[in-house]
Amino acid sequence: MADRHIEPDTPTLRARWGSFAWTAENAEKAKTIIARYPAGRQRSAVMPLLDLAQRQVGAEENTQGWLPIPVMEYVAKQLDMPIIRVVEVATFYTMYNIAPIGRFHVQVCGTTPCMLRGSDDIIAACKAKGLKKGHTTEDGLFSFTEVECMGNCASAPMVQINDDNYEDLTAADMTRILDELAAGKQPKTGTQAPGRHTVEPLGGPTTLTAMVSANHDYRSEW
Amino acid sequence: MPKLKVDGVELEVPAGATVLQACELAGKEIPRFCYHERLSIAGNCRMCLVEVKPGPPKPQASCALPASEGQEIRTDSEMVKKAREGVMEFLLINHPLDCPICDQGGECDLQDQSVAYGRGKSRYDENKRAVTDKYMGPLIKTTMTRCIHCTRCVRFSEEIAGVDEIGALYRGEGMQISTYLEGAAKHELSANVIDLCPVGALTSKPYAFEARPWELKKTLGIDVSDAVGSNIRIDSRGREVLRILPRVNDDVNEEWLSDRARYVVDGLTRRRLDKPWLRKDGKLTAASWAEAFDAVAKINPGASVAVISGDQVDCETLFAAKALARALGSSLLEGRQTGLAYTASNLAAVAFNSTFAGIEEADAILIVGSHVRDEAPLVNTRLRKAAKRGAKVFVIGAAWDPTYPATFLGEDAGLLNDVPAEVVAAFEGSKKPAIIIGGAGLAKGALEAGLAFAERFKLVTDEWNGFNVLHMAASRMGGLMLGYAQPGGLADLVAAKPKMVISLGADEVDYTKFAGSMIVHIGHHGDKAAHAADVILPAAAFTEKDGTYVNTEGRVQYSERAVYAPGDAREDWTILRAMADALGVSVGFDSFEQLRAAMIAEVPALGVEGLADYGALPAAPKGAKAEGVIAAYPIKDHYLTNAIARSSPTLQRCSAELVHGETFAEAAE
Repeated sequence: MADRHIEPDTPTLRARWGSFAWTAENAEKAKTIIARYPAGRQRSAVMPLLDLAQRQVGAEENTQGWLPIPVMEYVAKQLDMPIIRVVEVATFYTMYNIAPIGRFHVQVCGTTPCMLRGSDDIIAACKAKGLKKGHTTEDGLFSFTEVECMGNCASAPMVQINDDNYEDLTAADMTRILDELAAGKQPKTGTQAPGRHTVEPLGGPTTLTAMVSANHDYRSEW
Repeated sequence: MPKLKVDGVELEVPAGATVLQACELAGKEIPRFCYHERLSIAGNCRMCLVEVKPGPPKPQASCALPASEGQEIRTDSEMVKKAREGVMEFLLINHPLDCPICDQGGECDLQDQSVAYGRGKSRYDENKRAVTDKYMGPLIKTTMTRCIHCTRCVRFSEEIAGVDEIGALYRGEGMQISTYLEGAAKHELSANVIDLCPVGALTSKPYAFEARPWELKKTLGIDVSDAVGSNIRIDSRGREVLRILPRVNDDVNEEWLSDRARYVVDGLTRRRLDKPWLRKDGKLTAASWAEAFDAVAKINPGASVAVISGDQVDCETLFAAKALARALGSSLLEGRQTGLAYTASNLAAVAFNSTFAGIEEADAILIVGSHVRDEAPLVNTRLRKAAKRGAKVFVIGAAWDPTYPATFLGEDAGLLNDVPAEVVAAFEGSKKPAIIIGGAGLAKGALEAGLAFAERFKLVTDEWNGFNVLHMAASRMGGLMLGYAQPGGLADLVAAKPKMVISLGADEVDYTKFAGSMIVHIGHHGDKAAHAADVILPAAAFTEKDGTYVNTEGRVQYSERAVYAPGDAREDWTILRAMADALGVSVGFDSFEQLRAAMIAEVPALGVEGLADYGALPAAPKGAKAEGVIAAYPIKDHYLTNAIARSSPTLQRCSAELVHGETFAEAAE
């Protein structure tokens, strides 16, 4: 948290992003987003537009995307709102990256349930691949952060990489996922435990067993 | 009108009041940091917790809780005491214990309230958070580690000043208050955040490490940097004024003060005229008072005298000079230094009749030739309030940034004679229409055309007077009341070719027009007039004399002396009294009391504090037309509008950095 800081507004940054503008497709999307809010309340659209902008920046430089100051200014201008209010929003939410980031943003959950289920091993696996907390690898492929609970405790330990979650991890899974991503392949998302689909109980259901294959009326048994 | 009980005492509070206000009405002190009467409610400091029944069995933030019928509020229970102690302990967790080196010490809300409501001991022995200081310009010194995130500064700049430039970045423990990209706070009211800050996070840069509040003598004064007549408190120690703070007056400045009024302080000790000077062979040489008066006596002008008053002169000085001129047989008095010559026979036509508090209620406003933000920053905040309530604002004149939505009609003053359809529509449907004519408008004949406009759209009714003239000089209304206006303006004085011209701190006059006259300058700063003067008699600045000032509304206010004038300088009236002796005439007063009594006898309104009654507006003269182009406004640099401000290093720096965009390297620490 406290490590977050805005990328300084340097002439180089201005030169790179000063001419930022929506692509034709995103311009259309931005229009749709703004139209969701009543006239005069267009600044409500700041969060989706920042997300869109982050994705466009990501697409342009083939990273997860981040928000350079000129891009925030562009959004502020479009929504006719003071730039400081946009910066407030962008700095508040951690899913907006406010400094350059790698191709894959590896966010390992280190909160209690994940820790109990072995997130330390996951972190060790990442470290073994050369990832360093708060840093991007030299090839620009992976940025690594340890985050707090992402709400996937039933399938802990988990990691979020860009828009996808990878759950029920082992150190080997983690290594494999990183390797596949580096090789340009899309690993299986969601749970990595064999035989598990979502977050159903491991080893089969222990309650409501009669309902697994067909509907069953339990009321008479109470 | 809900009835409720506070600590067992039943009382009725106005509808819409909060629990905090109810407690205050009951005479209970509620500690607070984020709550401020003039800002929106944030509810984030939690210091104002009280116990309220009915409601959840936990303490409630009273600032954000509406008072309602039948509530039982306790501010003295064990729960409240514990809650306050708890909040205070949390606030102090990350607050540094640097009171001994903090400028807020002695007037710090956190310090006072931790003494009154805190536990007296900390249980916290972890590391404290530290935050890097932010640059906020030449006026605001920041120590952001001290910040308790009350967001008063953020709300002030957004709501009152109308310049969104301060924000709260990041979140939680990492939250930081900062201007955008740590740029300087650029607006004309920026230093008010220093007063608002309940801790020492934002303090005054020029005043840093100067004094402790308990060392200061506090004098009630009136600001003379513009015609608003802001109420100020002059804090002085020994012979020096150390700072100027606003005083609360809801009718005038609420509790704000413009930066240029606040920071003239260091101008008061620089470039001062502290001894008499005489021009000998084209060069000014220091002299004694006796030599100076001999020189004045030698001029021996008889009745060929003219008096020009400056912008910051008090009524007593104006009257003393008038009495002297009268004793000599002259009535050539003028205060409009730049040559304006509007009709001043009816003072109602040259006053801000709506009053500042009243203009907030206007629902259609036409501004003619006034850059209100530069000319009267605290009137602009009122206009902003009006605009927020839905008033339509139109401006005739060059475009400027008003901080609220306004329609700029164009630069042609003639638009006032025949206003566009949108203005007609707005004013015809308006209940409280108003016109504000500024200096640039007066120069184009907007006064008479404005009167015609007032008649056409019924700006004056029994309850409402929407005809306003916004002056820029603190001495203007007082001067007009005392007859400092010739029908032809300054040109009449030039045409009279007086043998002697007395300048009362008149620094804006083009003295080349008075080439044949001896110029006696009674002023306090070595500014423009001193360069042209033949005799300089050093006088007192506004902090160094008692005086009466009349603001542009016609509000008579008294200012008191905080310190004595430096060196050989004397109070203005004593100089004029001594000049009378030197010239061998009698002015009829020997003491300040006699002078004031004589002044009040002549203009009784000056003896009554408050709004002077100027009677009804005159009828608009037939066929009066405003003509010309209002392409610029008189104030070119809103930090350097007067001699004191021009002498102030702080305001020079503000001007260079904020107006002219020069960059200054910060000293490395």
